[in-house]
Amino acid sequence: MDSPAESQKLCQSRGYSFPFLSDPKADVIRQYGVLHPKGGEDGKDIARPAEFLVDAKGTIRWVNLTDDIRVRARPEAVLDAIGRLDAR
Amino acid sequence: MKRRWNVPIWVGFAIVLFALASYIPLFALFPATRDVPWANYLLFVFGGALLAVGVRRAFHDPERFRGKISGSILAGLSALMCAFFVVTVVYFGKQIPSGESALRLGQPAPPFALQDAIGKQISSSDLLKSHRALVLVFYRGYW
Repeated sequence: MDSPAESQKLCQSRGYSFPFLSDPKADVIRQYGVLHPKGGEDGKDIARPAEFLVDAKGTIRWVNLTDDIRVRARPEAVLDAIGRLDAR
Repeated sequence: MKRRWNVPIWVGFAIVLFALASYIPLFALFPATRDVPWANYLLFVFGGALLAVGVRRAFHDPERFRGKISGSILAGLSALMCAFFVVTVVYFGKQIPSGESALRLGQPAPPFALQDAIGKQISSSDLLKSHRALVLVFYRGYW
């Protein structure tokens, strides 16, 4: 789990402007069922890679769960899911 | 007659080194060469072929070409590097828990409040007041 300071460095170097949150106790990671127990450095609990799209009512409308840490949702796939959200 | 340097051995080894070292700083940056690392596989094959040519002629024509010992060592190292890359890609990259426990489509997303990178508390319900939807991206760490 990265500290806020670590995240800030990353955001600044990459120019990220979206909210970039830290979950140091992995509480939210557990609630979403995406914990990777002891997956991090020194056996720390981290998140498995996962992407969720949540609509305004708080319902999950799209989920992407990779089986390979190198392969993540591509931006087009996320935009496509958002587009389908509007269509309904 | 002075024996010649066996150039393909050294060029082949250099290409294999590049095949291993280039993935993270170069090919992983582009989805087309990241998800399936075909560019790196191709480099391994190309470097390996050059090494094979060099080692073969070092043994078949030792009067003219050097490289029996250096070629064998570099070919062995190259095989190890290639094996390391392949095992990392096809095995270690997939050692993550299955997604079975993850929340599913149509389920309510638990609301949350967490600190952002500058220590400001951000809550999902506040975000949803001013946005149509949220994209939540869980990732593994600094990379």
